[in-house]
Amino acid sequence: MSAVKQEKEPLFSAKNRKLLTNPLNIDNPITVQVLGICSALAVTAKIKPSFVMALSVIVVIAFSNVIISLMRNGIPPRIRIIVQLVVIASLVILVDQVLKAFVFDVSKQLSVFVGLIITNCIIMGRLEAFAMSNKPWPSFLDGLGNGFGYGAILLIVGFTRELFGSGTIWGFHVIPESFYDFGYRNNGFMILPPMALIIVGIIIWIQRAKNPQLIEEN
Amino acid sequence: MKVLRDFLDKQKPHFVKGGKFEKLHSTFDAFETFLFVPNKVTTSGAHIRDAIDMKRTMIIVVLALLPPLIFGIWNVGYQHFLSLGMPYDFWPMFSFGLIKVLPIVIVSYVVGLAIEFAFAQSRHHEVNEGFLVSGMLIPLVMPPDVPLWMVAVATAFAVIIGKEVFGGTGMNILNPALTARAFLFFAYPSEMSGDKVWIAEKADAYSGATPLGHLLVLDVDKLPSDWSMFLGTIPGSIGETSTLAIILGAIVLIATGIGSARIMLSVIAGGLGMGLLFNLWGANAYMNIPAYQHLIMGGFAFGTVYMATDPVSASQTAKGKIYYGVLIGMIAVLIRVFNPAYPEGMMLAILLMNVFAPLIDHYVLQGNIQKRLKRAKLAVKA
Repeated sequence: MSAVKQEKEPLFSAKNRKLLTNPLNIDNPITVQVLGICSALAVTAKIKPSFVMALSVIVVIAFSNVIISLMRNGIPPRIRIIVQLVVIASLVILVDQVLKAFVFDVSKQLSVFVGLIITNCIIMGRLEAFAMSNKPWPSFLDGLGNGFGYGAILLIVGFTRELFGSGTIWGFHVIPESFYDFGYRNNGFMILPPMALIIVGIIIWIQRAKNPQLIEEN
Repeated sequence: MKVLRDFLDKQKPHFVKGGKFEKLHSTFDAFETFLFVPNKVTTSGAHIRDAIDMKRTMIIVVLALLPPLIFGIWNVGYQHFLSLGMPYDFWPMFSFGLIKVLPIVIVSYVVGLAIEFAFAQSRHHEVNEGFLVSGMLIPLVMPPDVPLWMVAVATAFAVIIGKEVFGGTGMNILNPALTARAFLFFAYPSEMSGDKVWIAEKADAYSGATPLGHLLVLDVDKLPSDWSMFLGTIPGSIGETSTLAIILGAIVLIATGIGSARIMLSVIAGGLGMGLLFNLWGANAYMNIPAYQHLIMGGFAFGTVYMATDPVSASQTAKGKIYYGVLIGMIAVLIRVFNPAYPEGMMLAILLMNVFAPLIDHYVLQGNIQKRLKRAKLAVKA
């Protein structure tokens, strides 16, 4: 029994709320930490797969953060990466099976990229940087926050690419036929991954213009 | 002239710091230096001093672009009437071409300069001169039938993503005009390739395939004669068809010392070498065409003279320019012959080597440093 009684931290203290909101803005995993770019470019040609991908990553990152955080005192440091990978891999297999069972067509579109969530640097990064040294509840929030940050960028990129590349949103035609009669054409470049990189670049540009603290000295 | 100068001097106080239109200083400065050679000279530092400023350099390039432009305008009309099978005179052809080409030029300049001015204002820079040339190059590498809104989108993309994100003229990695073309090529392939787009409002029955289009399907017999490919009376992008007009432009660029003859010759050597190599191999009809034909077809000549020599995106070192040029020529011919998806390889070859140019320069510099170090060490030993 310690002499000084520790004050219990409220569930959503200012610190914990920061864990949720920072990754959405000044600590975004894609635009600031530049992690998880590969999947962000590959699955964002349409908004539906982007959404499913974002959801899958949120689930995996939040729960793997909690599990690793629970086990953090029992993991021998020398084999911690392997242990983390096992946890992530099990969760990814779960997610993959769920996707195959309920949204088979999207699961087919995402193809190998669901499996590749295992190698998504964001998840490994959060486990190493946060879950290994924090309690389960903050870890859960941190996982959610980073998942949301990743998902937000995916949705923005997916929305832009689908709107201009296919003229649809979530599969529904939104650009009226009359536009096409006037000579409007869907932009085939939007479908190609390089355009996703350019869009992510533009998001980074806007974000830095709004948050000057992100701009490096020199 | 005097009246204009007096007018500008009178307006100037409004635009300097503290004046009424202080915010529009960049715009005023752009017009003033466009109209008159500025009287500012470099006063300190070890700069190379030259009598002409950037705007004057750029204007000479624009002048060098006039022969392909004028020929292109005529050729657009010529191809149109040829496809209709109508009797043709010079003036109807020229005016038809003018109606087709002039809007593209205007759209390219208006969109590009508007963006340039907006960026210069918001960053409190001078307006960059580079776009004077890009704005003329963009229309010349477009098919005559390209929709104007596509020109506008591509120009905006090239200026913003190709140039301004890197910091404006002088900082860009890729040639802006080629960026615009590459953007359209990947974004709207049906408007930028195939055999429908190279003749403005052509008759349906008439084949509009370019020489490269014929070669893509190995129709060697359908190639136009060497002479018409050299003169440029063939379908193609507006400014690229006439090798003769491009040579006139090249003479201007080389004589004024603005375009690098070293790069141009290297590109030609690379293209010829690759063509000869394919002749030796000779696996299909495309490989067997005479190597010199590669130089007069498609955008090879235009790219060699106006795009590869872009002083910003090309290699800077004398030795590097040779590697850079030879590789452009080789890759362009390689893509033409081997890649069934891209009939023309010049655009992709130049963009690719634009990316590698700094690397080439780096190794040339390192090589030179190593060589001189070695020499210095030998001298010390002796």
